[in-house]
Amino acid sequence: MTDEVVVFGSLRNRLAMILTGGAALLAILLFVVVRGYAAQIAQEGQDNILSASVSSILDSAVLRDGAVQLDFPYASLSMLSTPADDRVFYAIYEDSTLLSGYDGLETPPLVPNGERMFTSAQYDNATVRVATASRTLIGADRPRRVSVSVAQTQDALAETLNRISRNVAGFGVGFFALATALAFWGTSTTIGQLSRLTTSVTRRGPQDLSPFLKPVPSEMVPLVGSLNTLMARLEQSLKQSEEFIAEAAHRVRTPLATVRSYAEATLQRVQKQENRDALRSMMRAIDESSRAAGQLLDHAMVTFRAENLEREDIDLDGLLRELVQRMSPVAEMRDVALHLESAGPAIIHGDAVLLQNAFRNLIDNALKYAPIETTITIRIQTTPRISVDVIDQGRGFVPDEMDKLAGRFVRGGDTGDHIGSGLGLTIAQDVAHAHDGTMILSNRSEGGACVTLLF
Amino acid sequence: MRYITVLILALLPMFAHSQDWEDRQVFGDQDARHSLRILSSTDTSFFAPIIESFIAQRPDVSVEYLVTGTAELDVRFRQNPDLYDVVISSAMDLQLKLTNDGFAQRLDSLVHPDWAQWRSSLFAFTTEPAAIVINTAAFDGLTIPATRQDLIEVLRRNADLFYGKVGTYDVRLSGLGYLFATQDARASETFWRLMEVIGSLDAQLYCCSGEMIDDLVEGRILVAYNVLGSYALARADTKDALTIILPSDFPTTMMRSALVSNATSDPIMSEAFVDHLIRLQSEGSAKDFPLPSLDAFQDTNGRSSISLEPALMTYLDRLKQQVFIREWESAIIQSP
Amino acid sequence: MKYLLVEDNLELANAICSRMGLDGHQVDHAAKISDAVDFARMGEYDLILLDIMLPDGDGRSFLEQHRAGKNDTPVIVLTARSQVSDRISMLDLGADDYVTKPFDHAELQARCRAVLRRRTGTAQPTTRVGDVEFDPVGGHLNVKGSTINLRNRELRLLELLMNARGQVFSKQKLVDRLFSYDDDVSENAIEVYVGRLRKHLEGSSVQIRTLRGLGYRLDHDG
Repeated sequence: MTDEVVVFGSLRNRLAMILTGGAALLAILLFVVVRGYAAQIAQEGQDNILSASVSSILDSAVLRDGAVQLDFPYASLSMLSTPADDRVFYAIYEDSTLLSGYDGLETPPLVPNGERMFTSAQYDNATVRVATASRTLIGADRPRRVSVSVAQTQDALAETLNRISRNVAGFGVGFFALATALAFWGTSTTIGQLSRLTTSVTRRGPQDLSPFLKPVPSEMVPLVGSLNTLMARLEQSLKQSEEFIAEAAHRVRTPLATVRSYAEATLQRVQKQENRDALRSMMRAIDESSRAAGQLLDHAMVTFRAENLEREDIDLDGLLRELVQRMSPVAEMRDVALHLESAGPAIIHGDAVLLQNAFRNLIDNALKYAPIETTITIRIQTTPRISVDVIDQGRGFVPDEMDKLAGRFVRGGDTGDHIGSGLGLTIAQDVAHAHDGTMILSNRSEGGACVTLLF
Repeated sequence: MRYITVLILALLPMFAHSQDWEDRQVFGDQDARHSLRILSSTDTSFFAPIIESFIAQRPDVSVEYLVTGTAELDVRFRQNPDLYDVVISSAMDLQLKLTNDGFAQRLDSLVHPDWAQWRSSLFAFTTEPAAIVINTAAFDGLTIPATRQDLIEVLRRNADLFYGKVGTYDVRLSGLGYLFATQDARASETFWRLMEVIGSLDAQLYCCSGEMIDDLVEGRILVAYNVLGSYALARADTKDALTIILPSDFPTTMMRSALVSNATSDPIMSEAFVDHLIRLQSEGSAKDFPLPSLDAFQDTNGRSSISLEPALMTYLDRLKQQVFIREWESAIIQSP
Repeated sequence: MKYLLVEDNLELANAICSRMGLDGHQVDHAAKISDAVDFARMGEYDLILLDIMLPDGDGRSFLEQHRAGKNDTPVIVLTARSQVSDRISMLDLGADDYVTKPFDHAELQARCRAVLRRRTGTAQPTTRVGDVEFDPVGGHLNVKGSTINLRNRELRLLELLMNARGQVFSKQKLVDRLFSYDDDVSENAIEVYVGRLRKHLEGSSVQIRTLRGLGYRLDHDG
């Protein structure tokens, strides 16, 4: 009855994907942010040096003999050496005239005195960073505005950034790998909790509806709580059903018992054949309904229980011995002997309740059809497989019907006026199948029927 | 730079009697498939073995080796960068500015120490200190100066002896001379005092090391300041006549450098030549590589060469140059 | 035999009591557990017939009490429940056997006999008639020193005749008493059983006399 549970996605996969995806995003974000920050810092570094260079050049500006002179120190350009040997360009302007340096260097038009301005430009097919500053020299005649721009290519900067990028990328990948590993580990441990719960619940026997008591993480408490509530309700429901059935059975059967007893008593006193027949019919009817009810209940129970066997190691020898003892009074009553043939223990891994039920039905059947003063033999064999034969010395099966007899409510054509519901063999076969076995019907050569349950 | 350019162009007619080039030589088969034009300031004698070993492995290559002064070299190359494949000069500042201005091709595959190259485009391959070269005979009895200060002393004390007999570069004509002078000036005040002393002794100004050494040997001058020691050493006839002094106060060592023109028509062969050159520098014997290698003047006495860095362009700045030359002129050229 | 019947349904109780009485047993009837407890405490019973569903409680609690009080009077449970699990639980509680309603009286009788046989062992109360000793529970007949085991119907027939010494039983009546209503037997089957008994009783002071047209009667000399 275990329907396929509809699968939609996977918690583990979803969790892992979210964590991994998140880690990837974070790693990328980390990379972008750090690189951006590094670029900013590196640019600041270059700008600082350019600024110092511009300052040193600008500071050397003097007015001598009415002309602007800039005797800037060696250090002004020396400080611009980089490991990548970046190119250097500079331009010195007096007002808008180029005093010396590179013509065509893109410089900002007006930089307020005392301030540094940093721009990026193109010069001779290269991207350069330009620092510009200016000063006003007050001379005898007119103020001169001196503007100095120093530019440098960004090869060293690019190299540094690439190195940083590579390292950060490395860190990013490392972080991502670690985060992914953590994600999978974390997911597994968390999901593992669910697996453990599942295992615990699965390992329970089919009848076990007791609440699940092992400690669980707080998030699973509602689930386990609901599970326990569900099981409690199930148990309650089952108990109610059972109680109802018991009550119903009692209320139906007790009056029936009364009727039967009186009918039986009356039969003893009545002579007239007509009346005797009537009373007989009454008793037959009651017995039929009672037997039918019993067998229907048995059948229902077997059908249900076959899905969830409570398996344990059972010794068929012991089980059948007890059963024979229990049924002996009835057999004796009919002057039929019950004989158990067994060579010793016959252990199978099965459900005691189902097995008892099956054998009881078979022996009951046999008792019904066994003539007076005959023997019903119950034989247990252990080789080649464990098997139990129930053999009577009656009329035997009608050969043509044998394969159909195990069908529900099928009765043999020769059962005549014997009471029965036709479920006895069905029950035995269902129990055999539930134990991965088979039921075989046969007629004995010396007369009589044999029902074999092979396990 | 413009100042020197104008000067040169003005003085050009003076040298009209000389050829366009100081020297011009073709190595290899003139009709060869590949032909390299090398523009250089180094005497052919120094480069001949290098070139010959180059074309020995390459029969399909011919090399045209053109020699001129460092300043002239710079002007000519800037005018027609496509006419020349390889440019070799001892004027580090001019070479660096050429590279900075985008005239050199980047040769990333060449393997060379970091400090001896700039932007993988300019490759230094010698170390040659500036030296004081004296006429050994003339100093008989006199203390041989070890430092610039010593030189000042000796000149002052023997003013009569040395009057009109001291020579140095005319920084207005020689790019290397300008480089040496500016580096000296940057290093110490002693340079200016020395210039004044030399100036007071009717300084003899030269455009090139070769002439200075010739006159030294002849005895027309007795002291040459800031001469390329390597040139003096290279000359077999100078061994006994001259003494080469490397001033111990502070070194001024230049590195000869080579670059491949950005506008070259044969970049592969040009690169091959530079590669060959620097390989010879590191692996070759004195016979294969007649110039002092990069290691020659590098370790002992903590001598280190002038750095290949953008700062070399400082003294090429128009304004600074004006100021320097004006000062130099006022020191060196004194009306008697 | 003295039986205690605990059953709340009066009609059924009457039917059982009269039927048992017919077999020669004395039956006391309690309709509630509290009455049953009193009866059980006071009287010495050979067997208790116990219904499970009683107005003032579950028959099982009586069973538990009964066993807890170390009382080992055999108990046969009368129940409407026929599930194996129910039966097993009852046997676990201390019942000796059970019978499901509605039941065949002959089956009940057979079970009573089986339970008594198991419980009282060899010390059985016997009926002595003449020089014949008859143990109805054990099913033995002691004639002239030799013990004969009787088969079921023989046993019941003899018990019937012995309990009602001097009474005449018609063949039909005997058929009714000895066979199930369902059994298709003729009256001649009785002749077979009577014949067998006569054989067993040969040489004793007890005999079964045929009264032509009327039936059989157990007589003993002396």
